[in-house]
Amino acid sequence: MLSLRVNRKAYNVDVEPETPLLWVLRDTIGLTGTKFGCGMALCGACTVHVNGKTVRSCVTQASQVVGREITTIEGLSPNAQHPAQIAWREGDVPACGYCQSGQIMAAAALLAQKPNPTDADIEREMTNLCRCGTYPRIRQAIHRAAQIAGKG
Amino acid sequence: MKREINRRQFVVTALAAGGGMALGFALPKSAAKISGRPWESLAGKGDIEVGPWVVIAPDDTVTLRIGQSEMGQGVMTSCAKLLAEELECDWSKVRVEYVSVNRHFRENKVYKRLVTTSSSSVRLGRPYLQQAGASARERLMAAAEQTWGVPRLELTVKDGVITHTPTGRTLRYGQVVQKAAAIKLPAEPPIKTPDQYTLLKKPTKLLETPPKVDGSAVYGIDVRLPGMLYAAAKASPVFLGKVKKYDADAVKNRPGVHSVVAFSGPEIEAGVAVVADSYWHAKSALDLLPIEWDEGAHGNDSSEDYFKKSRAALDQPGAKVVTKTGDAEAALKNAVKVVEAVYEVPYLDHAVMEPYNCAAQVTPDRVDVWVGSQEPERATEDASKITGVPVENIYLHNCFLGGGFGRRGNQDDVRQAVAIAKQLGGRPVKVIWSREETTRHGYYRPMRVSRFRAALAPDGTPLAWTTRLIGVDENYPGDEQAIRGLHRLPYRAPNQLFDYHLQRTHVPTGPWTSVGRSQNEFFLETFVDELAHAAGKDPYQYRRALLDPSPQFPLGKAWIQVLDAVAEKSGWGKPQPKGTGMGIAIGDSRRVSRKEITICAVAARVSVSQKGEVRAERFDVAIDTGPFLVNPLAAERQVEMQVAMGLAATWKQEITIEKGRVVQGNFDSYPLLRATEMPEVNVHWVRATDEPIAGLGEEVVGWVAPAICNAIFAVTGKRIRSLPLKKHDLSWT
Repeated sequence: MLSLRVNRKAYNVDVEPETPLLWVLRDTIGLTGTKFGCGMALCGACTVHVNGKTVRSCVTQASQVVGREITTIEGLSPNAQHPAQIAWREGDVPACGYCQSGQIMAAAALLAQKPNPTDADIEREMTNLCRCGTYPRIRQAIHRAAQIAGKG
Repeated sequence: MKREINRRQFVVTALAAGGGMALGFALPKSAAKISGRPWESLAGKGDIEVGPWVVIAPDDTVTLRIGQSEMGQGVMTSCAKLLAEELECDWSKVRVEYVSVNRHFRENKVYKRLVTTSSSSVRLGRPYLQQAGASARERLMAAAEQTWGVPRLELTVKDGVITHTPTGRTLRYGQVVQKAAAIKLPAEPPIKTPDQYTLLKKPTKLLETPPKVDGSAVYGIDVRLPGMLYAAAKASPVFLGKVKKYDADAVKNRPGVHSVVAFSGPEIEAGVAVVADSYWHAKSALDLLPIEWDEGAHGNDSSEDYFKKSRAALDQPGAKVVTKTGDAEAALKNAVKVVEAVYEVPYLDHAVMEPYNCAAQVTPDRVDVWVGSQEPERATEDASKITGVPVENIYLHNCFLGGGFGRRGNQDDVRQAVAIAKQLGGRPVKVIWSREETTRHGYYRPMRVSRFRAALAPDGTPLAWTTRLIGVDENYPGDEQAIRGLHRLPYRAPNQLFDYHLQRTHVPTGPWTSVGRSQNEFFLETFVDELAHAAGKDPYQYRRALLDPSPQFPLGKAWIQVLDAVAEKSGWGKPQPKGTGMGIAIGDSRRVSRKEITICAVAARVSVSQKGEVRAERFDVAIDTGPFLVNPLAAERQVEMQVAMGLAATWKQEITIEKGRVVQGNFDSYPLLRATEMPEVNVHWVRATDEPIAGLGEEVVGWVAPAICNAIFAVTGKRIRSLPLKKHDLSWT
């Protein structure tokens, strides 16, 4: 039994310690907003925050995150009002949408660290893959989110 | 349903009373424009149906039902707009949900066609969706007529409010819907022509977006059911192989393992699945499961051999002739200047982001399937065939699709999951493929080889033009996929010959975005560029001159308009810095095989370092809109999506076969386009024709490869005749 804190709630989960956090979130806890894409940390669809930093949950063992604060897309903000989520809606960023939970989590971590990221910052930090090529919209949305957060 | 709304409202009240979060938190369900579970109806008990597509609530909320599958095109918004254009309801009160696939079967295919392929949603859906909207509107108007006892002529409607013009009295749709539901129209009303559209043509924000930014959108892979088991599946690595034996005992005591089941059957690649209480338990056990395969007859096949055979076939007699005008062979023999080129493209996978999956529950008299499908109708029929349960008792719940690109209309995921679920005594099971399994069991874009020859007149124009194509595993009626676009040249050449051979392998193939065009347009538009170079002409002007509108090619004028637009907007012909060049390509999707076309021209600006590193800097895409676009906002995104798709394929993707199986597995060996590799994309809408266009789902992809490869030639002088680019040394001095 492992004790995890996910989205500010405590969970006792009966999983083997090496179980990837991704599958604990999706199958054990039932938070399916975090997606499975590759299982090898190549695509970033499974990106979540651990103590505010991005991790690729498909290669993060559950035992490694005991006692840390885990945040998923479902817990990023009440009522999906994080500036990134507002900006994503404004710009109709998602196409198929499958990678976007991971993209938004990566963007939120970037914005927390750099409230006004440059294009170069975005290029360096946003390494998640999007099959639909929404990259230019993602970049615009991050700048817009910075603006929204600045006003708020 | 009612109870749930009340409970949610209670939550809001309690929070507000406690001085809690901002208002709007935990909105009642009725406020959502779309459910995260789009197959579940949003319509409540008091809501009333006016025809199978339209449901209206007493409070005027309008629920519109969508038969097409959402995989990134914004199709639910587009189809809802087609209905709402005629319904004249208040767009701010519109919400959407999928149609019931089961009802479609129970009510004599009431939703016409549950297929989402070939850019057809708007093209084919427009007449019957407009009609459904118009029909519902006239029933509502007739209800107002009856209520007031006034003639129809005295009534107008706007935003769901009916006005009796002489008196100024009004009735809302919600007030008359009950009466309207009972009304039968004596005849169907006429529908609007494109010049009468108001809501259509306007950019509309996508109803699909909100659930995709808060994690609530349920893709097939996210489905969770009471008592659900999870399965990890492995099919024969060599296509058409069989399971010789497997040792279930080796894994049955692993944590969470429920059972090990084999599956096979018509159109099911034979294999084994481990069923467990979680996907991770199933997957880790499957990785340890000893399986012996009977590889069948193809264990030594390779794509390298297929290419060798295809190249050899270029000189084999007996090719099937499609086009023959004049005597091209004779003209080539006598010609002073002949240009010849052989082109090749590899197999490609769709590489959708959502690994394939399907959940199914099979009981003796009812089957439920949860999946993101491009063809829910055929998937239902397949589930029926495998289980013997009639289609009326199959319930397919269509989900959001994490990408489709033609891949999710093959139903192999459904057939496999149903075959597994059938063995589990009525328990639901969700089958998930690993990324490697997803890549290695595709229905691939066919590989293809072609040879082009042209004889040039002294002025550089083609006197003769021959095309020989070697199609491999073309599963289309009339070989349409293989010959598309090549069998009637847009360019003027008095003597023409087009013929082809087909070859078979054991590799499964299927539609891949743009079906046929991603191969043929690369060949054709590269070859025209080669001719322009041989003639010493500018590639844009050369094409333009060969596109003279003529009785043979009446579309020439519209093509030239689109070509001119892309040349102008992209700054064609302006001097470029050293190491930067531009390439151009034009075509229309589906010409000849369909009445409707979409003319598209692409100009790519590319830089290549002297070491040979490519950077796609900017794509300008000019497209004929015809008289309208249903949603310009969604249309623009479709173009961006296709540039990314075409670029990834051109640049770095190929599926190769060795020892009868696919070599590539994960995104390290089958890479996607990265953010840093995405060019600036500028979309230019051009009104060049008066007929509605074919659509925009896949009408750009074909011209991405030739545009970028022609640009690379402009920089390096190296002609790219095979893909992907990553196999070529593009260094220059």
